[in-house]
Amino acid sequence: MDILIQQLFNGLTIGSVYALVALGLTLVYGILHIPNFAHGALYMMGGYITLTMMTKFGLHYWIAIFVSIIVVGFIGVLMERLVFHPLRESPPIQDKIAAIGILLFLEAFAQYTWGAEYQSMPSPYGQVVEVFGLTLTMQRILIVVAAVIVMILLNLFLRKTYTGSTIIAMSQNREGANLVGINTTRVAMLTFMISGGLAAIAASISAPINLVFPGMGQLVILKAFVIIILGGMGSIPGAIVGGYIIGFSESLGATYISNDYKDIIAFFILVIILTVKPTGLFSKGGH
Amino acid sequence: MSAVLNKRNIIILFVLVSLVFPLITTNTYLIHVMTLAFIWMIGVYGLNLLAGYTGYLSLAHAGFFAIGAYGLGILTVKAHMSFWLAFVLSLLITGLLGLIVGLIALRSKEHFFAIYTLCLGYIIYLVIDKWESLTEGVRGLIGIPAPQGFGPIKFETEKSHYYLVLFFLLLVILVMYRIVHSLSGRSFIAIRNSEDLALTIGISTARNKLTVFVLSTLFAGLSGALYASFVRFIGPDIGNTAVIFDMLTYLIVGGIGTLTGPLIGTLLVIWLSQLLQDFQQYRMLIFGPLLTLLVIFYPRGIVGGVTDIYRKRMAKKEKQLAGKKDSYIQSDLGAKNQVKEG
Amino acid sequence: MIFLETKNLTKKFGGNVAVNNVDFTVEKGKINAIIGPNGAGKSTFFNLISGFHSPSSGQVIFKGQDITKLPSNKIAELGVARTFQTTNLFDQATVLDNVIVGHRLRTKSNLFDAILRTSRLKREEEQCREKAMEVLEFVGLEHLAGKLAGGLTQEEKKRTAFALALATDPEIVFLDEPAGGVNPSETDGLAELMQKMVDKGITVCLIEHKMQMIMRIAHKIMVLNYGEKIAEGRPDEIRNNETVIKAYLGGSASA
Repeated sequence: MDILIQQLFNGLTIGSVYALVALGLTLVYGILHIPNFAHGALYMMGGYITLTMMTKFGLHYWIAIFVSIIVVGFIGVLMERLVFHPLRESPPIQDKIAAIGILLFLEAFAQYTWGAEYQSMPSPYGQVVEVFGLTLTMQRILIVVAAVIVMILLNLFLRKTYTGSTIIAMSQNREGANLVGINTTRVAMLTFMISGGLAAIAASISAPINLVFPGMGQLVILKAFVIIILGGMGSIPGAIVGGYIIGFSESLGATYISNDYKDIIAFFILVIILTVKPTGLFSKGGH
Repeated sequence: MSAVLNKRNIIILFVLVSLVFPLITTNTYLIHVMTLAFIWMIGVYGLNLLAGYTGYLSLAHAGFFAIGAYGLGILTVKAHMSFWLAFVLSLLITGLLGLIVGLIALRSKEHFFAIYTLCLGYIIYLVIDKWESLTEGVRGLIGIPAPQGFGPIKFETEKSHYYLVLFFLLLVILVMYRIVHSLSGRSFIAIRNSEDLALTIGISTARNKLTVFVLSTLFAGLSGALYASFVRFIGPDIGNTAVIFDMLTYLIVGGIGTLTGPLIGTLLVIWLSQLLQDFQQYRMLIFGPLLTLLVIFYPRGIVGGVTDIYRKRMAKKEKQLAGKKDSYIQSDLGAKNQVKEG
Repeated sequence: MIFLETKNLTKKFGGNVAVNNVDFTVEKGKINAIIGPNGAGKSTFFNLISGFHSPSSGQVIFKGQDITKLPSNKIAELGVARTFQTTNLFDQATVLDNVIVGHRLRTKSNLFDAILRTSRLKREEEQCREKAMEVLEFVGLEHLAGKLAGGLTQEEKKRTAFALALATDPEIVFLDEPAGGVNPSETDGLAELMQKMVDKGITVCLIEHKMQMIMRIAHKIMVLNYGEKIAEGRPDEIRNNETVIKAYLGGSASA
């Protein structure tokens, strides 16, 4: 029983990280209808920048994360401006390849700048606490709490502010948004900024319990894709629910099925979904 | 018409140079690199047939490459099968798995297909990595035999191996050339162009896509089997996504959807990487942005870019001629066209 | 026997009824037209007949055969061709190359023929090429056969799309806004071309907004509004139909 509860909590932690990454991916998909294969590289950059800010510049964890959000958000905006914007009228195969090009560049860049080895990120929240008989690290609790706060803030921003509502409007109908005078270019840039920022937060809060290395985004992005297909491409609640579903199934699968193959679970879910419904769950019927 | 001659000339030139290459150099290292390049070209042709001619970007092809390689490796090393039997069987296994995967994967389109195949590629990699009793896991498979000779012909030296691989490459090019220039090839291009339009002109898109998918996995499997017999050692890393991204780079640089693109792209990128020497592990610092820039400015790579320039020049010449004719035959229409195009 | 008809054809998307209970018969060897305000369900109606959508209920019957459940490519094989509002040509290939593949459905050669370059393949390639030249001549584009499709004018693209449809050897062609985006004198040319198809024995059914052209060339007109058939008849009957006038006036007033 203890193991089960422990694993459920682990699932909550992993799921929180997945949900944050998937949120950024799904926002960009909603606005531009491109699957951003380079999103995992943004996650990886987020991890490295926070780490560098802490170790090289001696910044406090939270300030380092803040810098990381800004920098990665800016990289996201650059990507949109320099790559995806010029390609918006091209056949769909091209923006995928372009994204892969960015991904390869950023990974090589990280390896060149920070080296190929795995690095651990010190966190001020290493202490262990006992809650209801469970042994938890503060960092894991922090991941869950921080993720929930970020999701609430994001939701408030999207629903309650004008700028946020333009993002929603544009994801529902691009031409329509253009007609009612929404500056679609600005919205696209903003979305990439948020998407990059979310990736940076996810990487920075999870790095202390995982590790920082050039390929750290590869598996996460694959799973994030599974999540947004599971939750519906472009759907915000879908990304959150999907994130936790994958998080729980992984942590439980690792315990009760096989630790070796736990990473495969998400992909099996995907294979099953796309076998049953090739256009993903919750996709609009008709065209 | 001259574009076709051009294409044929490049292939003929390639055949001639590749045939005499081992005779002009005695440097076995160069022959080694060249043989590896030929092996990759076969896989890249597979990727090109699918992504370039039907528009379906498969990111699982490193997986099929690995299946071909491990098929040969396991059948020879563990099952002690004779080389050529194992070789044929490993291709059949790859093709069969390709058929099964294709039946499911091709139900989805565009990004769903890309994501699906990327995940499938990862599953293949993970299975190879973890199924130690079959694949030896991270230790890798050691001692894969070189191809068996036929009578007096042996494939133990670098040079003879080079010619064996070249033989398969030329076979693949011939097959590609004929397919692309046949009615089947036209059907594939119609599918890439617009699947809806292809359906309305009576093309069974499902059957055509499946045929292409299986054939392209066969090419990937062939490439993998040749790799295993050439390098003699394989580890799970050959199924890693890094491999598919390398293949994609060769294809995009040369020209996706062109017949000579895989030749030019693979040769160029592999030799450039050789020049980078110690910097090689960071080669994507250069090729990553190159990939992105090419897709934005020259989506059909070097071959496509050169063809476009050539065609533009021809069109200009033609227009000058046509302009003169139009001026007294059909002045109205000619003038209008020129305004629009010029 | 009725040539092509729809019976109670209905298509729902979620809660919206795009096509509602439409009975329609196409007159063989004539120009049939479907008109209606924007969003009336005309294109959906075409998509139902050509097999792109499967109807929620109802039937499509072509020469006595129920084709409701057939996939698009099988429907094309039976002799039903169509064009789209936007013409998706392969810009980097010549006009001729774009049209050759249109006759592919009448050939049998497969991948093995391609790899072995059999005589069957060579014969069929020649057959497709001849067909393509024949239809290009028919639509008046034989002089552009060697030109890249990317450099065509809108009107030439429309003609190429016609040629592609005709290359499938159809008995009936469905044309979705064949004169959309072309100027008045070019529209006349396209109208002539449609007449020429009918003269050759091919039945034409089109969706069009250009009312003058429709009234002049159509033999029979069906009017759709909010997915329902509100009128059907000869052009002069439609012109004086109260319901139709109201639908159009109401439509333009609210638009």
